[in-house]
Amino acid sequence: MSFPDKNGHYGSFGGRFVPETLMALLMDLEQEFKKAQRDPAFRKEFAYYLREYAGRPTMLYPAQRLSRQLKTLKVYLKREDLLHTGAHKVNNTLGQILIARRMGKKRIIAETGAGQHGVATATVCALFGLTCVVYMGSEDIKRQALNVVRMRLLGATVVPVESGSKTLKDAMNEAIRDWVTHVKDTFYLIGTVAGPHPYPWMVREFQSVIGQEARRQFLAREKKLPDYLVACVGGGSNAMGLFHRFYNDKHVHMIGVEAAGHGLNTTAHAAALCKGQPGVLHGCKSSLLQDADGQVALAHSISAGLDYPGVGPEHAYYKETGRAAYVGVTDKEALDAASLLARTEGIIPALESAHAVAYLSKLAAKVKGKKSVIVCLSGRGDKDMGTIKDLLFS
Amino acid sequence: MNRIDQKFIELRKVNRKAFIPFITAGDPDLAVTEDLVLALEKAGADIVELGVPFSDPMADGPVIQAASYRSLQQGTNLKKILDLVRRIRCHSQVPIALMSYYNPVFRFGEKDFVSEAVAAGVDGVIIPDLPAEEAVDLRREASARGLATIFFMAPTTPAARMKAVAAAATGFIYYVSVAGVTGARQAVAREIAARVRAVRKVTDKPVCVGFGVSTPQQAGEVARAADGVIVGSALVQLIHTHADQADLLECVSAFAASLARAVH
Repeated sequence: MSFPDKNGHYGSFGGRFVPETLMALLMDLEQEFKKAQRDPAFRKEFAYYLREYAGRPTMLYPAQRLSRQLKTLKVYLKREDLLHTGAHKVNNTLGQILIARRMGKKRIIAETGAGQHGVATATVCALFGLTCVVYMGSEDIKRQALNVVRMRLLGATVVPVESGSKTLKDAMNEAIRDWVTHVKDTFYLIGTVAGPHPYPWMVREFQSVIGQEARRQFLAREKKLPDYLVACVGGGSNAMGLFHRFYNDKHVHMIGVEAAGHGLNTTAHAAALCKGQPGVLHGCKSSLLQDADGQVALAHSISAGLDYPGVGPEHAYYKETGRAAYVGVTDKEALDAASLLARTEGIIPALESAHAVAYLSKLAAKVKGKKSVIVCLSGRGDKDMGTIKDLLFS
Repeated sequence: MNRIDQKFIELRKVNRKAFIPFITAGDPDLAVTEDLVLALEKAGADIVELGVPFSDPMADGPVIQAASYRSLQQGTNLKKILDLVRRIRCHSQVPIALMSYYNPVFRFGEKDFVSEAVAAGVDGVIIPDLPAEEAVDLRREASARGLATIFFMAPTTPAARMKAVAAAATGFIYYVSVAGVTGARQAVAREIAARVRAVRKVTDKPVCVGFGVSTPQQAGEVARAADGVIVGSALVQLIHTHADQADLLECVSAFAASLARAVH
């Protein structure tokens, strides 16, 4: 069985929960994406930009010192942090910008939290000479000032969002309002495997290159498949990108690591799967942090890229069916893991990716015998130096 | 019979159009909302739309976003709004439609929501982020209990889809006058008459136009083409600016009456 179904559902999750004004456009987009997938010229063009511009394939690096330290795990790092712009986000923005061009859209809008997706969108807009407007919560603009400069340098307009909590979810509300208003000429370039159908599916397909490469690389080295896949989950695009091509390899365990913030038993976390309830936000039904009245709760994470109360619907489906397990890692554990990886391997991970690394110690304590694991190192840590400086060196 | 259906039958008999004001329930508080609904009815409202506040109102412009936020700060929720409708029903039979984003309804439970809403005296439900395709369960529950499910059409809705939306809609069809969010516009789209005619080709259900209508003049223009006119943001703004003044009900009644005259 392959997901989503024709209405964009993954079991009881997914779908299209949007204002009527957008429905026809979403249906057009779905058709255009289907056509593109079947078009060898599109596949060739996408592969060209991934290779020549983004820097694929990325390495699958055996982290030997880290593995020795963890004893029971043989760890491979999928080095998405080495891509142009410093994170896996560019896989998706390149794919969507090519679709936008096929649809003749001249104006691109995006939402961003940490600024990584905003930068990846501004980058591809510059590459193709398209107008780029990025919505960003005014709180995030303060926290991620350098990424705002990067976006502006790339020619994007960054619009501060003052409504609600002034963070990622409000930026997404505002992007949707812009989209409804400029539906004819504007393409909404969503940064994760969430939003209305076909976005969760389309973004998954563009990010699946991660798992496709990792599977081939691991097989070539080890002549077998890995025992575990581990990736951080905010919206869930790097995790879905790694997981999806292993879906039918039933003995490969998938573990998504959510931001537990101050702890899963506090209210300050972003663990939509571990602690959420079914709900509808930003166009899809998924697992959602919310109160008893269905009002969306505020998320918290040290990592702005995980600071979102929802999650992609396919992850909710994987959790419900037991195909993947989801766990939480606190701010402090993630910070310690960033240090650990920096000092054992000379690799500074993004704080998002550090959540995945942090789970390895817990996994190492649980497994019997020696197990192999691929960790998606979704981004590099440069953008987090301000946070790290404040928390570790002042 | 559902009060909304009854209302359109009466209005059509005398060839009159419906004036449908929207206000956010709980802004400034639920007691004032109760007074406002009764005042709006006196001022000539044919149907009242009550907005259920939501944390992430993605189809709304700044005025209704702010009202929604203020209402949530007051602790308003769906249950309290249903209690409010029950209180209004002691004094009034004005048709009432709730406008809510989907998540509060989904979280309440669709079946429970429909039965409790009908029991409280709600006549219809409007959910801007729930297209008919995703509303199969809600429609089944609502049609069994006689609650109208009002769906949207927009200038971007293709002809084939119009038919499907019209088939799913009960009560009336909510025609969005322009692509965009709620809020006042300088001018109402000139093509509105032609667009409503296109809708009438696929359905004989009442077609009411909203989004961007803010003055009696605009309301009058739209009423010539449609079966009803929905005015929201302009009223919500007026309520907010007069919220702590003694003349609140008076001002809102006067403005509503001017809109009602233009529509009727």
